[in-house]
Amino acid sequence: MKALSPARSIKDVRLAADRVSFRVEPRTILVCLILILVTAGLVLVSLSVGDYPVPFPEVIKSLQGEGSRLAELFVVQRRLPRALVAVVAGIAFGVSGAIFQRLTHNPLGSPDVIGFGYGASVGAILVILFYGGGALLTATGAFVGGLLAAIAVYLLAYRSGVNGLRLVLVGIGVSAILIAIINYLVSRADLRDARAATVWIVGSLFERRWDDVQLVGFGLLLLIPITVILSRYLPMLELGDDAAAALGVPLERARLGLVVVAVGLTAIATASTGPIGFVALAGPQLARRLTRSPGAGLTAAGLMGALLLVASDLIARRAVAPSELPVGVVTAGVGGIYLGWLLLVHSRRVR
Amino acid sequence: MTNTLPRRIAGLLLCLALLALAVLLSLAVGARAIPFATVVDALWHSDGSPEAVIVTTQRVPRTVLGLLIGMALGLAGAVMQALTRNPLADPGLLGVNSGAAAAVVSAISFFGITTASGYVWFAFAGAAAATVVVYLLGGGGKGPGGPVRLALAGTSIGAVLVAYTYGVQMLDAKALDQFRFWIVGGLSGRDQSVLLDVLPFLVVGIVIALLLSRPLNALSLGEDTGRALGVNLAGTRLASAATVTLLCGAATAAAGPFAFIGLAVPHAARALIGADLRWVLPYAMLLAPVLLLGADVVGRVVISPSELEAGIVTALIGAPVLIALVRRRQVVPL
Repeated sequence: MKALSPARSIKDVRLAADRVSFRVEPRTILVCLILILVTAGLVLVSLSVGDYPVPFPEVIKSLQGEGSRLAELFVVQRRLPRALVAVVAGIAFGVSGAIFQRLTHNPLGSPDVIGFGYGASVGAILVILFYGGGALLTATGAFVGGLLAAIAVYLLAYRSGVNGLRLVLVGIGVSAILIAIINYLVSRADLRDARAATVWIVGSLFERRWDDVQLVGFGLLLLIPITVILSRYLPMLELGDDAAAALGVPLERARLGLVVVAVGLTAIATASTGPIGFVALAGPQLARRLTRSPGAGLTAAGLMGALLLVASDLIARRAVAPSELPVGVVTAGVGGIYLGWLLLVHSRRVR
Repeated sequence: MTNTLPRRIAGLLLCLALLALAVLLSLAVGARAIPFATVVDALWHSDGSPEAVIVTTQRVPRTVLGLLIGMALGLAGAVMQALTRNPLADPGLLGVNSGAAAAVVSAISFFGITTASGYVWFAFAGAAAATVVVYLLGGGGKGPGGPVRLALAGTSIGAVLVAYTYGVQMLDAKALDQFRFWIVGGLSGRDQSVLLDVLPFLVVGIVIALLLSRPLNALSLGEDTGRALGVNLAGTRLASAATVTLLCGAATAAAGPFAFIGLAVPHAARALIGADLRWVLPYAMLLAPVLLLGADVVGRVVISPSELEAGIVTALIGAPVLIALVRRRQVVPL
């Protein structure tokens, strides 16, 4: 939003006798490295703390398969898969949010805003209310619901092309319908179902196991290469449709492809964690402020998403111990406060 | 699109007629359908018949509540969108609803309050506090990227409050059980004293909002032009923020959050008569209660003898209208 740092430096990297060349921003790389280090540190902490605390040396031993049985049970079977789901889902939310925000030219253009999260919630709640839940069934319901909502928003916003503002407005419209349905279902359900549904709406990493890691990890491995290929269109699309077309970008195909990839990323993450709020919205924003790069690199956004989700889950597990909060409560809280603080600092600097 | 004065006035009269129709329907339709003639009779002199009692004790207060809340939300949305120059501005987006909701859930969980008139002051304080914080944090839409920053501030504060609200509900099942009936937003089952409590705020808010049409119009030409036209920037912003707080806070306190009216109705008004706020505000003020009362009437009929809350119906009716408008034409820029 604000003027970029004048000190921003960009380096051209040319390899293999100029056949491969790309530009890197040293600051972005530094930020990414720091994000990885901090996230790794937080993962270690989250493996260590809990109702059964495991000291760091024991954590390392357990990871190498040399810890005591109990320590291995907690570290490798309980806490590690949970932390990994948080990392992978966080990356997916962050990248997806960055794609949406750049496509819609709108910092609010996150998958939540275009109705995906609410669609997933309606799907999951219907499964919970009518089929009594069950993890895989609920995830399937969420997946289908979210996908249907996203397709509906895209088709409704399509009118010889998809314009950013129109997409967001249609998304708000569809979201309003879905929220109404959610509120109606929750108000008419019996209290226990209402509670289960609410936990799901907020998003939780409670009891995530290695199957979940496999599911979300496989999905990410599948989508990341496609994301990398399509992401080269993003800077050109940002120049405006005419300029992009002049540069030879197949406008609608590029945009549709990017939307599909972004929706896919959110769908996979949502199916495994619930529609955790704010990571997709705040991750790219925070990353962009740290890298001071105009279009947040998708890498930095993804890493920031992972950091946010891992940190939030740590807080969710420990804040009201021995009971635990759904992680979505914390992501929204932490992300919201941090973004608010950034805004405050930012607006002071402007004056 | 050329809009002549007579056409605009005719349009305004049409809106008024629609509103009158909505009011009549709201008085006549329900679990027991009452003929219009009987309704009118009951309004002038209640003869103590069951129909007359239903009309005067249940449907009149409910209709008045819908009328005032609709007006408030329509005006608040229009002022908010003009002030932030953000076509997405809406009580939901700028944190007002979530402020009220957080306060209400606190009232239920920590103070054991269970009645609508008990919620009122909490909801009002919550809505007001959220608006003030969002406005301070967003820098009041000043500077480059101002409107976007305000919307971001609203979203971030809203997210924190929603998180808090969910957190309380998760830890306190009784709060969840009560709160889920408030959050759907509706005109039924709200006792009459609630309306009297918030009435002064609604009236003051409506008057200020209408007075703001000229300065906001000038501001819409840009800050410098606005200043050159003699508009007091700070004063206009402050008054706008105040009126939005009064209107949204009072409306939400009285009937729960209606997320959609404040967003959709100003868009509809602009689509009908262009961006001139001197016309947008009155149109929005008349059309919003049409939507709200219409939704309430529809909600009484569709799953009769049970009822669907107006807050749910406004979303189900309003959202397709918004989508149709967004698709049909360019969104009228602010």
